[in-house]
Amino acid sequence: MRTAFIQQLINEAQTNEKIFLLVGDLGFSVVEPFATQFPDRYLNVGIAEQNMAGIAAGLAMEGYCVYIYSIGNFPTLRCMEQIRYDICYHDLNVKIVAVGGGYAYGSLGPSHHATEELGMLRTIPNLVVCTPGDPKEAKAITTFCSNYNGPCYLRLGKAGEPLVHMDEDLPPFQLGDILQVVEGAQTAVLSVGATLKYVTDFVTENEIKASVYSFPFIKPINKQMLTALLKKYKKIITIEEHQASGGFGSVILEYINDLIESNDIEIGPIVKRIAIKDKFYSISGSQQYLRNLAGIVLKKEDFI
Amino acid sequence: MLKESTHNFSVAIRRQILEMVYTAKASHIGGALSMTDLLAVIYNDILNIDPRNASDPARDRFLLSKGHAVTGLYATLGLKGFFLLDDLKTYAMDGSLYLSHTSHKINGVEISAGSLGHALPVATGLAIAAKRKKESWKTYCLVSDGELNEGSNWEAILFAPQQKLDNLVLIIDYNKIQSLGFVKDVIDLDPLTSKFTAFNWDVFEIDGHNHSQIYDTFIQCKESNGKPKVVIAHTVKGKGVDFMENKILWHYKSPNLDELNIAINNLK
Repeated sequence: MRTAFIQQLINEAQTNEKIFLLVGDLGFSVVEPFATQFPDRYLNVGIAEQNMAGIAAGLAMEGYCVYIYSIGNFPTLRCMEQIRYDICYHDLNVKIVAVGGGYAYGSLGPSHHATEELGMLRTIPNLVVCTPGDPKEAKAITTFCSNYNGPCYLRLGKAGEPLVHMDEDLPPFQLGDILQVVEGAQTAVLSVGATLKYVTDFVTENEIKASVYSFPFIKPINKQMLTALLKKYKKIITIEEHQASGGFGSVILEYINDLIESNDIEIGPIVKRIAIKDKFYSISGSQQYLRNLAGIVLKKEDFI
Repeated sequence: MLKESTHNFSVAIRRQILEMVYTAKASHIGGALSMTDLLAVIYNDILNIDPRNASDPARDRFLLSKGHAVTGLYATLGLKGFFLLDDLKTYAMDGSLYLSHTSHKINGVEISAGSLGHALPVATGLAIAAKRKKESWKTYCLVSDGELNEGSNWEAILFAPQQKLDNLVLIIDYNKIQSLGFVKDVIDLDPLTSKFTAFNWDVFEIDGHNHSQIYDTFIQCKESNGKPKVVIAHTVKGKGVDFMENKILWHYKSPNLDELNIAINNLK
């Protein structure tokens, strides 16, 4: 995903002279092509994320579309107040990019497990929260973010995620889009970020006739699309590499509650939330190992 | 040369601060009065700004980081005509845009501040933008002394010389008192000058109430020598009102009517 991101960012920067990339001394073998092609719009600000977020705000005040790039918790939790106050309160055109969403850097330990940031960031006004599910979605979301005038958070995986969308290119994203990836009935699995490939493989390999949707945005979500989706299924399974508290499953439950309250839907589907259950894992392991340990797995009996 | 009007401007700012804090029964009068002379010279003699065109891309940028001392900035901007001085009668009242921390929704205010240690990194971003666009405007950022406890400031202080940001001027309102005590007793900043020298800043240490010294220093700060500038301005908390000077109490307290009248008569 990070490769798709940087390639598309380079494409965007060729026509959009406002794009500026700040890195927090991370991105070895990823950001160099951008730095080489656009030295005037690239800066390594060192290992200082609060300063990086503030600098981004300053550059955005002067008209730049600023990307800040680092790993997991560093461009997010480490500088959360700068994101809230300097970037989002001033409604500035800054894109916060974290690579290594969820357990992507599994063996590096909890310092590198980005498993709480969605819940924190989605409470901040003005901020769009993006969670692409494969490299094609990462590419499309980079185009979206580059053309959207306002703050965005972009949770990426790392390198080498397999493609889920086999089409040449996805159509341009609109704010809040939901993508149907597998067509089925009764049960729908809603996925954010890099669990998408696992989910599509699971339903295909087990010949389960369930639908699979990817949510490249968890904030905002297109209300009409979500309402139609919720009316179609008896059961929803949400899956995410994130704590259950405040994460994507919470987003869906809140929407269902509010749509019932506003009479947009009569009754909500049953929701099974697959997420981390309020735990840190201080054990080395690959992304898949830690997902299994944390119970971020589908079971056949979960489907109707 | 320093304008003759600057002295009276500083007196008018102090008077306006006192009236705002009295009416609103708000806090932070001491820290507003300590930076008043700096604001008076900066806004009357140094900044290239136009109240009728406050977002002119060619203007100098002034960022107040110690947002709690907002009365000083609002008084200055109001007297300069960025908005009607009468608007300040709503300061800190229900429904007013004039919050008791700086708000970027107010004409002439570059950035909202209130949480300390935020404006200097943003000012650093502005200075980089000017450099990259090859524009000649300067960025000024005024911080408090207590605020230098915040690590985020030191990230920017470490970083700015690396980028040779000689278009960035940091001003420290060194009034020696922070929220719960004297700076030297909480986290002593001294030796402050040598800290900045060691970090490769161009350092000026001045009397922050001496207008001609303030003026001469900021003229020197316009020099392009490859180094960011820091003006360590020695000030007195509550300056200009004798019974408020150097008193921790006046970080918080607002004057009653008698105190207000005495204070206004005190101004000269």
